Amino acid sequence: MENYAIEMLNITKRFPGIIANDNITLQLRKGEIHALLGENGAGKSTLMSVLFGLYQPEEGVIKKDGKVVKINDPNDANRLGIGMVHQHFKLVECFSVLDNIILGVEPNTAGFLQKKEAREKVVALSEKYGLQVDPDAVIEDITVGMQQRTEILKMLYRENEILIFDEPTAVLTPQEIEELMQIMKGLAKEGKSILFISHKLNEIMEVADRCTVLRKGKYIGTVEIAGTTKEELSRMMVGRDVEFVVPKDPAKPTDVVLDVQGITVASKSHKHKNAVNNVSFQVRKGEIVCIAGIDGNGQTELVYGISGLEPLKGGRIEFLGQDITKMPIRKRSTMGMSHIPEDRHKHGLVLDYTLENNIVLQRYFEPEFTNAAGFLRKDNIRKYAERLIDEYDVRSGQGPITPARAMSGGNQQKAIIAREIDKDPKLLIAVQPTRGLDVGAIEFIHKQIVKHRDAGNAVLLVSLELEEVMSLSDRILVMYEGEIVGELDPKKTTVEEMGLYMAGAKRQ
Amino acid sequence: MNKKNPLLRNNGVQTFITSIICIILGLIVGFAALWIINADGAGQAILGVIKNFFNKPTSATRLQYFGQTLVKTAPLLLCSLSVLFAYKVGLFNIGVAGQYCLGVMMAIYSGYVWKLPWWACLLLGIIAGAASGALCGLLKAYFNVNVVISGIMLNWISLYGTNLLLQAAKEKTGKDTVRLLSKAKQAVLPSLGLDKLFGDKYVTIAIPLAIIMAVLIWILLDKTKLGFELKATGNNVNAAKYCGMKENRNIILTMVIGGGLAAMGGALYYLSDYTQWNVNASSVPGMGFNGIAAAFLGGLNPLGAIFSSYFITHITDGGAYVDLSHYCAQIADLISAVIIYLCGFVLFFKTLINNRLRKAEERFTAKERDAVKAAEVKSEGGNQK
Ligand SMILES: Nc1ncnc2c1ncn2[C@@H]1O[C@H](COP(=O)(O)OP(=O)(O)OP(=O)(O)O)[C@@H](O)[C@H]1O
Ligand SMILES: [Mg+2]
Repeated sequence: MENYAIEMLNITKRFPGIIANDNITLQLRKGEIHALLGENGAGKSTLMSVLFGLYQPEEGVIKKDGKVVKINDPNDANRLGIGMVHQHFKLVECFSVLDNIILGVEPNTAGFLQKKEAREKVVALSEKYGLQVDPDAVIEDITVGMQQRTEILKMLYRENEILIFDEPTAVLTPQEIEELMQIMKGLAKEGKSILFISHKLNEIMEVADRCTVLRKGKYIGTVEIAGTTKEELSRMMVGRDVEFVVPKDPAKPTDVVLDVQGITVASKSHKHKNAVNNVSFQVRKGEIVCIAGIDGNGQTELVYGISGLEPLKGGRIEFLGQDITKMPIRKRSTMGMSHIPEDRHKHGLVLDYTLENNIVLQRYFEPEFTNAAGFLRKDNIRKYAERLIDEYDVRSGQGPITPARAMSGGNQQKAIIAREIDKDPKLLIAVQPTRGLDVGAIEFIHKQIVKHRDAGNAVLLVSLELEEVMSLSDRILVMYEGEIVGELDPKKTTVEEMGLYMAGAKRQ
Repeated sequence: MNKKNPLLRNNGVQTFITSIICIILGLIVGFAALWIINADGAGQAILGVIKNFFNKPTSATRLQYFGQTLVKTAPLLLCSLSVLFAYKVGLFNIGVAGQYCLGVMMAIYSGYVWKLPWWACLLLGIIAGAASGALCGLLKAYFNVNVVISGIMLNWISLYGTNLLLQAAKEKTGKDTVRLLSKAKQAVLPSLGLDKLFGDKYVTIAIPLAIIMAVLIWILLDKTKLGFELKATGNNVNAAKYCGMKENRNIILTMVIGGGLAAMGGALYYLSDYTQWNVNASSVPGMGFNGIAAAFLGGLNPLGAIFSSYFITHITDGGAYVDLSHYCAQIADLISAVIIYLCGFVLFFKTLINNRLRKAEERFTAKERDAVKAAEVKSEGGNQK
């Protein structure tokens, strides 16, 4: 009999309207990196949450080292050495990085916190694994990337043996991903067993030993990575062949849609620094302009400035020839600006609202959805939501009335994209639009974005993913420390050259 | 599927059941308390509480006392509407008691000192409470001051402010404000015949007005664009801002409506002239806090609040019928307090029911699955033959 660190045998987990896991078996060898692959809503996070004690399966057993164990809550999981980095982080927003890491396992003497010791350990860990964090920064002020690193440190701090990574790379930069891959390999060598969820096949091919594929809650199979290919994996997962690069014609840019003139946006985390410093550029009809850069170089704030979420410290923005520098967000939106936000839980969704209400979040006030007396036209909302759910293949347990909270991460993202693109905006600002989407969905969304461009609209894409940048954009602007340091043509440049700009080693 | 479960899963049904459980539990604990103090009179006493106006000998007096229970229900209903409205949109309005005081203050003052008609008194009362709510909302929206903290502070400020101002409307002797019916008749709410119907002069339009407000709040929350915005803001301020809602305005507006509702309760009650304000009062009126219990007992539903407010008033009123030869005078308050306290457990029982349901369903589907499997095995066997 083989030596498994963890076995999940015949697990079944149901939610209202859906069987999220249908008789799934997953066996994790000691010291292996085991990838879990599947479309959005296939049940990956659910399966991992079962292992982490967040959900109780209706059927099936979990064995650790061959012995049946009962995992009633995350504390049990922790005791068994199981740690998890969630797809949507579970951090206390108003606590510091350090406090979040030690939360629940605070070192103390006679009830008094011994933070110094903890700090040393955290700093040592972060150095050892190259996980850069500022222990004293408050979570709500730091980038998503740093939040991610905090989550990983949390696991390492607890000395967990079985590490679950639920889409850890979705929010990391290519460099960080490369580092994480090395870290994971190192951890596996140290004898830790890793479960790794990712939609990025390259990563799976690079780092994993084996891969289990799920589809619509069902177990499809487990394969050795050494004996498979990207194409085969995606076929197993989606059930058809997937185009990884969307075909598109050269851009034919015309009139200026967005004209950003020397804007400056203050930084939230550093009092005396500007996140965006005197940035100017234009986006025209019929082109996709991409802001590339390493996370935390001002892209987030730049978009906040353009969309109106943060006031400008200086500069001017023109949209369709109008000065919108001081214009309220609603006005910008009705003028034809759409914004797929970076953080879907912070801005993109009201999690306690149903899917249909989230789908009309940008349009509920239009006559189609609200009558003259101020009453919602619920049947129109329902019809509209149903159409978008269908067109964009947003999967959920109960359709339009599913609470957004109960949807899988990728499907939440698809709902937001559907909402923003279907508004038919003159300017689509898309920040990491395909974050957390499966390869099939990415293909679809990329096609939508190109189609939107071809219909004569402007697209401003912010992406950390170099592949996406290269395949989708017509023009690349690289941001470094709040400034645009280079404009590149995706047809002429290379990933390496772009990397130099992104790292600040080169500028125009 | 099990036929009973979908019904049990229905939110309304669950609320109803859990509310009933809470009520029964409250009565049992209340009875136990009585029994421990004095076993002899316990049964009699708890029955007295439950029966409330049915204790009266004639149908005319029963009707009259029923009317008086309703008079006291109206302000409680408005307080609970204030709580549940704010709660539904993500804020906890603990300032209800203070806003209620302000409603009383402006109503009596403008009625007695300025001799304004009842509708103006009512309006000014509502405005006073709304303004206090607005202050809470402003502090929250622009300085991120927790509404619970500012609410509690404002409760005391409002109480003593009310005491101070109403010195001007005090009777020559004693510590209570004047009777509006004798000194400022124009300020008393009209009855539209309700007084005749119930045979009690204190029954006024306050009651139908309160019920209308409940319906309006229900519509506002559930059916309107404004409700959609307010709830979105309450649930996720960042998302509200992102999609262009005026998030600060919404927070303030929520508190304005909440404050206005509570103050309307106070104004209606005192404009019925059923009671007088004690200008030496040193504790905020319990109405505000009972409003919290009523809101939860009513399942945080404006229509449910109508019934829960009535029930709580009924029990509190019924306390008067406890036989004082067996018990000390405070027992009535104690019993109603115990019952009201247990009313707050609605959400707790709801979670319990849901967990139970899930377990039951799991067992059921497991069985079903086994049955299907067994059937499959059989039919396969049959096919092979
Ligand atoms: N708490 C919940 N309540 C109800 N339904 C849920 C809940 N969590 C997940 N689901 C449903 O279960 C299904 C599987 O969701 P899960 O989050 O496991 O998908 P996933 O494979 O992780 O997808 P993604 O790649 O998009 O993250 C989805 O259809 C989702 O709607
Ligand atoms: Mg997931």
